[in-house]
Amino acid sequence: MVAIAESVPKPHTRFRFILDRRDVLGSLLVAPAILYVLLLVGVPFLMAVYYSVSAYTIYDPSWSFVGLANFEQIIADPVFRQTLYNTFIFTFGSQILGLILGKFGALVLLRPFPGRKLVRALIILPWAVPIALATVAWQWMFDSLYSVINWTLIALGIITRSEAPNWLGNQDLAMLSVIIVNAWRFFPFAIVIFLAGITSIPQDVLDAATVDGAGFWRRNYQIILPMILPITAIGLIFGIVFTFTDLSIVFLMTMGGPVGATSVLGFAGFQTGIVSGDVSHGAAISLFMLPVLLVVVVGMLRFIRRREI
Amino acid sequence: MPREKVAAVLQETSFYGAVAFFFVLAAFPFYWMLITSFKENSDLYNVTNIPFWFNDPPTLEHFRYLFEKTLFTTWLLNSLIIGLCVTAITLVTALPAAYSLARMTGRNGEALGIGIFLTYLVPPTLLFLPLSRVIAELGLQNSMWSLVLVYPTFTIPFCTWLLMGFFKAMPPEIEEAAIVDGCSLFGAFIKMAIPLSVPGILTVVIFTFTLTLQEFVYALTFVSASDQKPITLGVATDLIRGDVFYWGEIMAGALIASIPVAIAYNLFLDRFISGITGGAVK
Repeated sequence: MVAIAESVPKPHTRFRFILDRRDVLGSLLVAPAILYVLLLVGVPFLMAVYYSVSAYTIYDPSWSFVGLANFEQIIADPVFRQTLYNTFIFTFGSQILGLILGKFGALVLLRPFPGRKLVRALIILPWAVPIALATVAWQWMFDSLYSVINWTLIALGIITRSEAPNWLGNQDLAMLSVIIVNAWRFFPFAIVIFLAGITSIPQDVLDAATVDGAGFWRRNYQIILPMILPITAIGLIFGIVFTFTDLSIVFLMTMGGPVGATSVLGFAGFQTGIVSGDVSHGAAISLFMLPVLLVVVVGMLRFIRRREI
Repeated sequence: MPREKVAAVLQETSFYGAVAFFFVLAAFPFYWMLITSFKENSDLYNVTNIPFWFNDPPTLEHFRYLFEKTLFTTWLLNSLIIGLCVTAITLVTALPAAYSLARMTGRNGEALGIGIFLTYLVPPTLLFLPLSRVIAELGLQNSMWSLVLVYPTFTIPFCTWLLMGFFKAMPPEIEEAAIVDGCSLFGAFIKMAIPLSVPGILTVVIFTFTLTLQEFVYALTFVSASDQKPITLGVATDLIRGDVFYWGEIMAGALIASIPVAIAYNLFLDRFISGITGGAVK
């Protein structure tokens, strides 16, 4: 026994010893991921916060501290207040529409029917396909001259060609259009989330309710809905975070227009900080996303903790 | 007809009506891509034609133009390179991290795991300003390598979380048996845990790839040189000359880029859902 132990070279033993300690190896294995995220998410995040209280632009890269002046300036700007308002309308409009579509879509897909698999596969598409590409397809469908939607409305006799709406050229319709595209993008996700929740409810719970005399709507709203609330909450958190901070749909479809009617926080931050090079004001605009994100994150943490108990 | 029968027929009709509604809602924009990409321009830009099918014979002209006269193949290649590099970085970092968080660091591991996952929720539109400075300092501006550097910031959190659930579901007795048989702790991870998690690794590869294809904001911010663009950005922004949209070409490009992502999602959907809901449903 002694001879075998001595034949092993010493550095190797020490190395093995380190690799065999649970806590040391554990931290070694997790370190690269943590470092990557800290360096490229944590540090930039702090930089963004500092930018917002500095006078930094790409033409004058000084880091002089100006306090809350940037925030005061952008809040005083009616264009920014419009942007903030638009962001809420865009987020909640599309989430509500998406959830309604998702709930009914889930009810439809719950029942077996011939071709259900194919329909399910197709319904996932709006969420799976890169949103920038789908947005361009919608832009083409909303085209001022060759809109297939207008063509259909005219062919059905609902409107005449002279009164055909210019979807992306009218302030209210442009907002409606970007909301529709975003809701369209999220409703498959909502369906999948609802389906996952509903199918996880034990059948005997539903049977017991039916025996006790609960009808379709009652089962739906007093049993199914409360039981799928946690998973719905997670789905909604994702929806809100990704919509509230979105840039691509507005950038590709309307460029924030007409006259700022569809400008949202992400887009305004991009225009000011990247296109115009006014980094500090751009960062201040982007930071207005933070309160909403914090509320969402706190909600999520509470939910995760409750699940563990 | 008895009243119950009328009610039943009505119910069936409204049910299939709802199926049809969702079918059209989800699929029509893609049908529109498909038919636009195969139509002659003279057919496309004529409002008296019925737009839902071919009035002139279908043509491959748009696809030919896309492959021969634009940078489309370059964008395809760029996206492939970006996808492969980001997948490699993600696997090398997320795999050990997920294993460690699932097995070795105890209750702190859970908290750390949630912490990493929350960074997935930090939006690109908050980070793009400082990150563009970081990229400029590194001399990567206007290069697709900036995306290789930045994309792991969301693929690592997502995939760590996904793999964590995967490792937790794997019985630890297997590795313990290997350790009893003389394997080191690290050896047990390499020789036992990794080979057994091949389905999880495959899921991560697919999702990392699709996440890089779907990304738009960072690509738009960091890359403006046409020959450095990934496919999503190239198709969405580079096929426009002044005010003229090349709709046939744009739709053809969008179609080609969409198909692999659509297939991947349909194959791996259940894993994706259990990934983001953290196994809240089982």
